[in-house]
Amino acid sequence: MFYRECGNYKDSYAKDMAIFPIPLDRYGFIVMLILAFVVIPLFATKYWITNIMVPFYCFGLSAIGLNILAGYAGQISIGHAAFMAIGAYASLILYGRYGIPLIPSILGGGVVSAAVGVFFGLPSLRIKGFYLAIATLASQFIIQWVIVHWKWVSGGVFGTVETPDMQIFGWAVNTPVKKYYLTLCIVGLMAVFAKNLVRGQLGRNWMAIRDMDYAAEVIGVNLHRDKLIAFAVATFYAGVAGSLITFCYYGAANIEEFHVMVSFALMGMIIIGGMGTILGSFLGAGFFVLLPIGINQSLGAFMKVVPSDILSNIEAIIFGGLIVLFLIVEPYGMARLWQTIKDKMRLWPFPY
Amino acid sequence: MSFFLEVLITGLLVGIMYALVALGFALIFKASDVFNMAQGDMSLLAGLALVGFLQIKMPLWLALICTLAVMVILAYVTVFVILRPLVARPPLMLFMATFGLAYLIQGVGQSIWGTDAKGLELGIPDKSFDLGGIFVSSFDLTFAAIAALLLILLVWFFQKTRTGRALRAVSDDHEAALSVGIPLLRAWVVTWIIAGIVAIVAGVAWGTRLGVQFSLSYIALKALPVLIIGGIDSIPGAIIAGLIVGAGENLAEVFMGPYVGGGIQTFFPYLIALVVLYFKPYGLFGKEIIERV
Repeated sequence: MFYRECGNYKDSYAKDMAIFPIPLDRYGFIVMLILAFVVIPLFATKYWITNIMVPFYCFGLSAIGLNILAGYAGQISIGHAAFMAIGAYASLILYGRYGIPLIPSILGGGVVSAAVGVFFGLPSLRIKGFYLAIATLASQFIIQWVIVHWKWVSGGVFGTVETPDMQIFGWAVNTPVKKYYLTLCIVGLMAVFAKNLVRGQLGRNWMAIRDMDYAAEVIGVNLHRDKLIAFAVATFYAGVAGSLITFCYYGAANIEEFHVMVSFALMGMIIIGGMGTILGSFLGAGFFVLLPIGINQSLGAFMKVVPSDILSNIEAIIFGGLIVLFLIVEPYGMARLWQTIKDKMRLWPFPY
Repeated sequence: MSFFLEVLITGLLVGIMYALVALGFALIFKASDVFNMAQGDMSLLAGLALVGFLQIKMPLWLALICTLAVMVILAYVTVFVILRPLVARPPLMLFMATFGLAYLIQGVGQSIWGTDAKGLELGIPDKSFDLGGIFVSSFDLTFAAIAALLLILLVWFFQKTRTGRALRAVSDDHEAALSVGIPLLRAWVVTWIIAGIVAIVAGVAWGTRLGVQFSLSYIALKALPVLIIGGIDSIPGAIIAGLIVGAGENLAEVFMGPYVGGGIQTFFPYLIALVVLYFKPYGLFGKEIIERV
């Protein structure tokens, strides 16, 4: 009734290319922006802002990277968390040791991560499928080893580097709300960039490679270049996400936070959220971050303190069960569920 | 020289264990095109179950049978609940389903038998003895012998028995196998049970060495490079690659490790894998996939 294309004339190229062609979608997006920029910082508690929203944005950003690589370009990578680690350490070294301003060092962490990512993407030129998936695991272990064993990187004890005080042009980023805004701005801009990237020529090339790389090469896609660009973009996103989560949430770069289990969890996020969608990356990340809290709340009704082992077990069961369930029932994840709801709304109140 | 041999032999003995775990992957991949990320968690489950049964004062043989029963149940549940609805989906989707399976096994296994690290004591003496100037741990030797025995049994099973032939037929071509009357789902169940047995041996061997705990599921990550060096669908490949990796990582750790800071066995197998894959993209013995548009 309200949600429809009728009477919504596309009389310019700009309108034809719009991300949200339907007015209600646009209004919904604006409401989401107001929610993120105004309502949450004003009304949410400190715990929600620091421990839920910031990791949610950061994991969402990292999941976008993985989604570009696995969901759009079809190159499965199970070493994604290691690139978050590179971003974290690189930006800390740039900012803390060399005194480069905050924003350039966060992005610089991404650039360093992308450079390493291209290197580990090189096998993709020769091998593919499962062989490639396992070869990407190599990146996880090699990077982890380098960070722990090179004293120059980790600065010594247990591979931990503390974050120094943060400031941008003398404006100190020291309260949770300020850190929240820093994260939100960077993540928001990069999400929009990713959305446009996958709508353009490059994104279409990636999808062609994913669907059938031989056929893509035949129709003139430069296979090697585009695969490497996919690795570069994906690891850039991972690097920035890693450095943001370290600056704004963990407070210290620690290699244990970027363990191989995190790589697996990122994979799970994009499966549950939806492979090959930008929205799905955030849905999956939100699910992953909120799940332990949801379990805690619902079990809290029955017992005073929920033991951490029960919590982590139930978390694993629900996470794994949902991955399987989504693959069986809705292989394109939560993002496709949202799409189905929108298709239904378009016709409402008529059945077809 | 004798020190070199000692390191080499220790490496080879560990390599047989890697080969065994890699074989678990290769078997399932051959039979059902599923790349089973849950293999390591199956070993964890087997170790947890065995310790659990031993703790309620079961004799060892009964505990082993009960553990086997757990793995059989797991095989049935996996095939009929998870894989059957996913028949004929692309292999990558099945691969991701086993991601979910891995989480499920972790969660369920640790809810039943607890998350704390447990020791597993089977009464195998852990002392080194002398083989003509070379010291070998009796512990490594025992498990290498068991693993080698199991490898021979599996090869015999696949080459000589009726069921084994049926499984090979399934792995060659699902539809052709169905058309000559081989029940596909039952063949899959048998494959998953075999993978379960492999998981029990691996879980027990590494569990006695490192204790039964969550990190046991990472042994699968050590077997993955073995798998791709040998070729995902090759049984002899898994064995040879296992020996290469076992020997290679031990030699590298002992002779190169001190110069670069140690602990390089965590990633050295992957380095070998990257080098091998550069020259042979489908592993040493893997079937080359010829693609057409």
